[in-house]
Amino acid sequence: MNYVNPMKPSERMKLPRQHSIEQDAEIRSHNFKEVSYGVNEALAMQEVQRCLECKDPVCISGCPVSIDIKSFIQYILKKDFVGAVNKIRESNYLPAICGRVCPQESQCEEICTLGKKHEPVAIGKLERFVADYEMQHNLFVPPVIKESREEKVAIVGSGPSGLTCAAELAKLGYKVTVFEALHAVGGVLRYGIPEFRLPRNILDMEAERIKALGVEIITNFLVGRTATIDELFDEWGFKAVFLGTGAGTPTFMGIPGESLSGVYSANEFLTRVNLMKAYDFPNYDTPIKYGKAVAVIGGGNTAMDAVRTSKRLGAEKAYLIYRRSRKEMPAREEEIHHAEEEGIEFVLLTNPIRIVSDVNNWVSGIECQRMELGEPDESGRRKPVPVKGSEYIIPVQTVIEAIGQKPNPIIQQTTQGLDVSKRGTVVVNEVQATSREGIFAGGDLARGGATVILAMRDGKTAASAIHEYLLSKHNGKKQAIPEPFAELTVA
Amino acid sequence: MYPIIHKEFLAPTLGKFIIKAPFIARKRQPGNFVILRVEETGERIPLTLVDSDPANGTITLIVQAIGKTTKLLLTKKAGDVLTDVAGPLGSPTPIENHGAVACVGGGVGTAELLPITRALKQAGNVVYSIVGARNKELIILEKDMYEISDRLFVTTDDGTYGRKGFVTDQLKDLIEGGLGIKAVYAIGPLPMMKAVANLTKNYGVHTLVSLNAIMVDGTGMCGGCRVTIDGQMKFACVDGPEFDAHKVDFDELIMRNRTYVDLEKISIERFEQEQVKLQEALS
Ligand SMILES: Cc1cc2nc3c(=O)[nH]c(=O)nc-3n(C[C@H](O)[C@H](O)[C@H](O)COP(=O)(O)OP(=O)(O)OC[C@H]3O[C@@H](n4cnc5c(N)ncnc54)[C@H](O)[C@@H]3O)c2cc1C
Ligand SMILES: Cc1cc2nc3c(=O)[nH]c(=O)nc-3n(C[C@H](O)[C@H](O)[C@H](O)COP(=O)(O)OP(=O)(O)OC[C@H]3O[C@@H](n4cnc5c(N)ncnc54)[C@H](O)[C@@H]3O)c2cc1C
Ligand code: SF4
Ligand code: SF4
Ligand code: FES
Repeated sequence: MNYVNPMKPSERMKLPRQHSIEQDAEIRSHNFKEVSYGVNEALAMQEVQRCLECKDPVCISGCPVSIDIKSFIQYILKKDFVGAVNKIRESNYLPAICGRVCPQESQCEEICTLGKKHEPVAIGKLERFVADYEMQHNLFVPPVIKESREEKVAIVGSGPSGLTCAAELAKLGYKVTVFEALHAVGGVLRYGIPEFRLPRNILDMEAERIKALGVEIITNFLVGRTATIDELFDEWGFKAVFLGTGAGTPTFMGIPGESLSGVYSANEFLTRVNLMKAYDFPNYDTPIKYGKAVAVIGGGNTAMDAVRTSKRLGAEKAYLIYRRSRKEMPAREEEIHHAEEEGIEFVLLTNPIRIVSDVNNWVSGIECQRMELGEPDESGRRKPVPVKGSEYIIPVQTVIEAIGQKPNPIIQQTTQGLDVSKRGTVVVNEVQATSREGIFAGGDLARGGATVILAMRDGKTAASAIHEYLLSKHNGKKQAIPEPFAELTVA
Repeated sequence: MYPIIHKEFLAPTLGKFIIKAPFIARKRQPGNFVILRVEETGERIPLTLVDSDPANGTITLIVQAIGKTTKLLLTKKAGDVLTDVAGPLGSPTPIENHGAVACVGGGVGTAELLPITRALKQAGNVVYSIVGARNKELIILEKDMYEISDRLFVTTDDGTYGRKGFVTDQLKDLIEGGLGIKAVYAIGPLPMMKAVANLTKNYGVHTLVSLNAIMVDGTGMCGGCRVTIDGQMKFACVDGPEFDAHKVDFDELIMRNRTYVDLEKISIERFEQEQVKLQEALS
């Protein structure tokens, strides 16, 4: 690439960061349409001018899948948007998704050189722009698959880790089958992340592109029950398996009142709305119940999605109850900001202790206790401690718990010899190999709740490892199973 | 897509379906169920795997029409296809040779009980079965149950068939009759299972019930099917659906199952209006 931005670096630094065009907060808090329209061509062209084209493009090392950010920005400078998206696709097969949901601010954009003194280049927005451009103009051409290989590989779970692993292996010429328990593909992208952040047509399109690589997807297939892993090897003839079953099992706080009508896990609430389209009841048959006032417990992306969804369904008051302060919230900054704009009421430094009910067993309120921040704990965050005598009741008719998920144990229970940690995650080494030969794992199943892009990275790493494993098997060599190393943990 | 191979009515509101689902047919065990969606806009509902034929790749379901989805399902016939069928779900029923057992089915619960009864018989148990319903018309699978039981008793609430009274009246007589009944398997409406649990608790007879909690995914992902067993939260779709009856908090489950009554009413009224319009258009 020999294009050089004619502007001097000092001039570039003076340019302001461009922002997405967004739906008005008042209007969008009553519909399920996408909040952000992203940047248009004019804004994207202005934004790329800001990139300093660093000799040492540190941004790349901030991206978990090492997208060549500098190069794709230069393609945009040349107005070669398809060249840009293809550059991205070399490292990331789902650009339209990552451009929307990746926590850029703590990855590529966090270490962008420009960000040291000014605002970083809006890398995520640019990624989304070129992916959307390609889609709107129908310019996608599937990569050419040069070789065809005999071995069949099974992918369990169609979340971002599974889909990425499938795509990478298909590109290498393997026969790949994805097994998905639900009736639709995407994992959390389908049932968890709402349409107003990730429209379903984008997800459908990315899934179609995976199928275009020759990947077979079988839905309604719960591995462990419909067939076990051993049956996939012995009866179905798969030579390697990637487990990307996520961390979908909700945990509950264990406070009194959790069995009342009107108490949901965020997973159930979001699944009813996103997967089953309960917001369009009775055109869709799945019902959802929510009151005039809704309380969501938690401070992560899941909590943010649940509370913003409640508002859109029609809750007059939507509270987010979190036991630490705003600073400690694990949710993406953009989502917290959007939630604030949409009129979500943040009840911070507050811990629920009991859910109270009316005579009909329906939720009528949530009893809370105020907290204050004490000494930092192991994670470095200051630990909240209860303030005595501060109990009070917030009147609500719906309570949604979004306090964390753990891996679904079905596969671990039905597969011999698979090492599982105390937290229920499957133990893997640095190439995502599990304790059992031929079985690899990644994404939330190996990490506990993490992010889309880390799940994708695991899928990619596993695909290379599966390739090497199958090559070595083919040559009659046994796979070297490296020592399982300490579990990867992500806050 | 899951084609319906055969459909028949067992009673006016009760249908039997044979559906092509080869993967599920191969793996079905007593106590397993499926989650199905009739059509694209439909709800996911759980139904017990009453039987399967691995050689032909088919499964058998028996469905009682009580709301929108089950009524819609009953309008389907051989040749129609169901959008989704996933399974076999749930933990299989623990089948042991207890010596003598009682199998108690109420209403459509008898269909769910049938595969378990058959397995208990095959395991060498002496099987006393009780089939009950509100009236004669709702007694189902009498012949099937008769064939796999050592003795079969029928009760109806109104006395139109068999013994007048509840299944628990008959069960009490059996337990007190010195037959050495060591375990009871009861499946039916929640109030019936609760009554059975209360009865057998007095005699210290081990009892299993199948809990029909409201489910969405059926894979342990939503927690909507949570029930309280011995003070602990369990997910009926993966930890169950069968549990030790003496440890179940029935009242809580009865309350939880009422969560959507008003919305279910909207659904069914709309569906019935559509059916009327459809009939008018056809005639
Ligand atoms: C509400 C919500 C919002 C989020 N927002 C963001 C965000 O904005 N940005 C971000 O980066 N991350 C976000 N995350 C986290 C991110 O979605 C996850 O880290 C990521 O989806 C994990 O991907 P995965 O491939 O490991 O599994 P998942 O996406 O969990 O997919 C697993 C799939 O496997 C299937 N499955 C499970 N068991 C079986 C089985 N036995 N057989 C067959 N199939 C099975 C499941 O049905 C599911 O489809 C969010 C998470 C939630 C819940
Ligand atoms: C493990 C299990 C096995 C079952 N096996 C059978 C069977 O073999 N034959 C049969 O006829 N019925 C069976 N049922 C019950 C069947 O699932 C419900 O009758 C059906 O879901 C009702 O849906 P509907 O739309 O027709 O009625 P609705 O009007 O929606 O509901 C009527 C009542 O059914 C219950 N219900 C509603 N939705 C669900 C749901 N998604 N999951 C569970 N219960 C729900 C609620 O208590 C509700 O009040 C089983 C249920 C469970 C949990
Ligand atoms: S995938 Fe995420 S981290 Fe990587 S460049 Fe895109 S937005 Fe940044
Ligand atoms: S670090 Fe920032 S300024 Fe430098 S090349 Fe990357 S995006 Fe451009
Ligand atoms: S039905 Fe969702 S966890 Fe059981």
